[in-house]
Amino acid sequence: MTAILTLTVLVLIGISIWQISKMFELSQIDRNTTQIANDKDNNTQGKLMFAFLVFIYLLTLYSFYAWGDVLLPEAASEHGSDYDSLMWISFAIIFFVQTITQALLHYFAYKYRGEKGKKALFYADNDRLEAIWTIIPVIVLAGLILYGLYTWTNIMTVEENDEALVVELYAQQFNWKARYAGEDGVLGDANVRFLQDFDGKNLVGIDVTDPNGLDDVVVQELHLPVGREVIFKMRSQDVLHSAYMPHFRAQMNCVPGMITEFAFTPITTTEAMRQNPDMIAKVKKINQIRKENSKELVANGEEALEPYIFDYLLLCNKICGASHYNMQMKIVVETQEEYEQWMAQQQTFAQVIQ
Amino acid sequence: MSAVAAHAHEEDHGHHHKETFMTKYIFSQDHKMIAKQYLITGLFMGIIGIAMSLLFRIQLAWPEQSFTIFEVLLGKWAPEGVMDPNVYLALVTIHGTIMVFFVLTAGLSGTFSNLLIPLQIGARDMASGLLNMISFWLFFLSSVIMIASLFVEAGPAAAGWTIYPPLSALPQAQPGSGLGMTLWLVSMAIFIASSLLGSLNYIVTVINLRTKGMSMSRLPLTIWAFFVTAIIGVVSFPVLLSAALLLIMDRSFGTSFFLSDIFIQGEVLHYQGGSPVLYEHLFWFLGHPEVYIVLLPALGITSEIIATNARKPIFGYRAMVASILAIAFLSTIVWGHHMFISGMNPFLGSVFTFTTLLIAIPSAVKAFNYITTLWKGNLQLNPAMLFSIGLVSTFISGGLTGIILGDSTLDINVHDTYFVVAHFHLVMGISALYGLFAGVYHWFPKMFGKMMNKNLGYVHFWVTAICAYGVFFPMHFIGMAGLPRRYYTNTAFPYFDDIADINVVISIFAFVAGAAQLVFLYNFIHSIFYGKATVQNPWKSNTLEWTAPIEHMHGNWPGEIPHVHRWAYDYSKPGQEDDWVSQIVPLKEGEEELQH
Repeated sequence: MTAILTLTVLVLIGISIWQISKMFELSQIDRNTTQIANDKDNNTQGKLMFAFLVFIYLLTLYSFYAWGDVLLPEAASEHGSDYDSLMWISFAIIFFVQTITQALLHYFAYKYRGEKGKKALFYADNDRLEAIWTIIPVIVLAGLILYGLYTWTNIMTVEENDEALVVELYAQQFNWKARYAGEDGVLGDANVRFLQDFDGKNLVGIDVTDPNGLDDVVVQELHLPVGREVIFKMRSQDVLHSAYMPHFRAQMNCVPGMITEFAFTPITTTEAMRQNPDMIAKVKKINQIRKENSKELVANGEEALEPYIFDYLLLCNKICGASHYNMQMKIVVETQEEYEQWMAQQQTFAQVIQ
Repeated sequence: MSAVAAHAHEEDHGHHHKETFMTKYIFSQDHKMIAKQYLITGLFMGIIGIAMSLLFRIQLAWPEQSFTIFEVLLGKWAPEGVMDPNVYLALVTIHGTIMVFFVLTAGLSGTFSNLLIPLQIGARDMASGLLNMISFWLFFLSSVIMIASLFVEAGPAAAGWTIYPPLSALPQAQPGSGLGMTLWLVSMAIFIASSLLGSLNYIVTVINLRTKGMSMSRLPLTIWAFFVTAIIGVVSFPVLLSAALLLIMDRSFGTSFFLSDIFIQGEVLHYQGGSPVLYEHLFWFLGHPEVYIVLLPALGITSEIIATNARKPIFGYRAMVASILAIAFLSTIVWGHHMFISGMNPFLGSVFTFTTLLIAIPSAVKAFNYITTLWKGNLQLNPAMLFSIGLVSTFISGGLTGIILGDSTLDINVHDTYFVVAHFHLVMGISALYGLFAGVYHWFPKMFGKMMNKNLGYVHFWVTAICAYGVFFPMHFIGMAGLPRRYYTNTAFPYFDDIADINVVISIFAFVAGAAQLVFLYNFIHSIFYGKATVQNPWKSNTLEWTAPIEHMHGNWPGEIPHVHRWAYDYSKPGQEDDWVSQIVPLKEGEEELQH
């Protein structure tokens, strides 16, 4: 790593020296000429404009070649595929427009580079042309808006039902907790005023006078049974946080003083996702990088990095203070049996405060 | 005003009392001097803002490693040369604040509105020179306070440039929310006052002081852009002021506008019934129009420069004006797209998706019109022209991803990730900076009576253009991978280990881009003193400012103010000898004025 750093610094110093010398050289040459572009400048700059178009295309191609594999990880929720198809349709449109407009822009800059004596075409208006490129975006956008709103409504309409699992996500600087409703399926009332009860054992401030809360289960790791809808109720005790679960295409802010909602149905267990070929490739790549990095650490007498195993992530995605970058929780998606087994080992609120 | 009185008034401009150094350079009421003051203050703030971004790019590329430069610049905030996480957040916060408000609002709009409005509409000066002077000095004061906040004990504001409460309201939540945040709020309150005085002045000047013949439909597009920008500012900035004042109340006087049910550092706070979401609404009611306050002047400047250097009339003048107006109107009803997942009612999300995506229509019209203006032109590829074409390019690249972010559904997974960072930096950051640079290269002769070195301008443009894409294009990828912004380091998640190398690439491009700005600075300062003297109208431009003498004089024109007989874009008009016809040239016999 230090080698790369040194190299970079050297390259940068080189570039600055080159630029500074160039700078003086250039300012010498041009002392006696005007500072307005002449035919020679127009010619060079026009060609550079065309080269720049090539640069944009190459950068795009290279980025997809080198980093295309990190784009949108495989979706693990039911609405994920709807989300992804809307995303790829939008992307297709964007790429189409981007490719054409950049080409026109830079090609014209090259093709019509100035020459002394040439006269430009006096062309100030064309209502029909303008109508065309107003109406086409209108039609395309109308389609996107309708499709988008349809998907949005589907995702965001949370209907309370007996089938769904209700889980509270509780955010604080700088960690997450999850609360399950227990056997009655109802989360007990809670408020930050109760946090100091029971010598701090009341981790999310459950109101002990509400009988619904006694069988609630508070945990530090989120377990979800596969194939069952989960309705999340988000709370925060201090500042804004945002519960971001990229694999499930899910995100909602946690706002002190109010409860926010988001719901999705996980469709792939953690185990199954680990067997996904793309994921296997990704994990392999990551472990190779970690092995490389470990070498340096070991050489410095530090411990090597542990090998990485894939897990679903819950990240905080709203700036919340110093350790915002490390506010995370593991999500485990498992079969109904595994989930029940795990749940049976957890203590209810009544047990905790005894 | 009767003819006699008008004459007497003109005369009066001839006899000025002697100007002292103080009244000429410091407390000047002359719009051209105030423009220069805005520009130089803006550039100074720009240097600080960009330098900060380079510091946190070092941290992002080589996280938690020790660097001497951190030790030197950050002192106790970088123990043993390793940047503290709070300082990282402070750097991104102040970088954002400075770039958005101090460089791209005051530095861009303040400079060119002041310079060009009186000169291009044919006025002696702004409607109120005094208010104009006060506006600049309030801006200067707010800059000083913002810089001062960098030196307070616990550090400057660090809650992100949007300073969402409760993080920004509670000193217990982070060290930057103490005195640093107080100074931030005071600085912004003064900045808003400055901006309002400036905007009111611009509006009144454009409405009242146009010279004879300068109808609204003959205004150059620059003036249209500045005029509409000023209106957006007057409509939306006061709302930010109220948000700032309410936040000050919550912080210092125990009210609960934005706070409720908070337990922090082992203590239940007394706040009841407030909502941070209310703050978000108030903030973004300015925050989104602010994007256009930054961008529209840049687009106006580009329209002017592209037409002049293409030696062609701007294509679709009416459509250009209409799209400026449409963007301005729509910009005030789209703020909710920053809040799709804030916890507000999803139905509101639908409404804001609809209005937001509508903005793509006038934006597309503008982009197509720029491209058509280039078609069959005789392009004079001066540095200003390159930056203008560059602006159109980044405006398209950055604008298109807005289709994804403006769609509430798609926003769910890319909200607050690096995808957003890439999007807004391209569409408003880089584009507006290009507008600023284009303006400086183009109007430098008007401001300083000298020419800038074009070859240095070319070096500046090409290095910047390549690096701008090199920095922000890869960011789309790490954003789509799910990497949140405002993370001090990505090492806390092994899942993101495979994108660490992208961050190194981005940072290297960023350093080179930073170095390229030194070329500009050198060129700028060197040319002020040693630049080649300019002729009166170096770019053979039609607009009025080039009919004023090179040497600045109070009142802009000796004798009578020129009258206007045509629109600003009679370039390469058939039947004319030259490929330009100044606005002050009367129509020839039988010549038709374009019906626009």
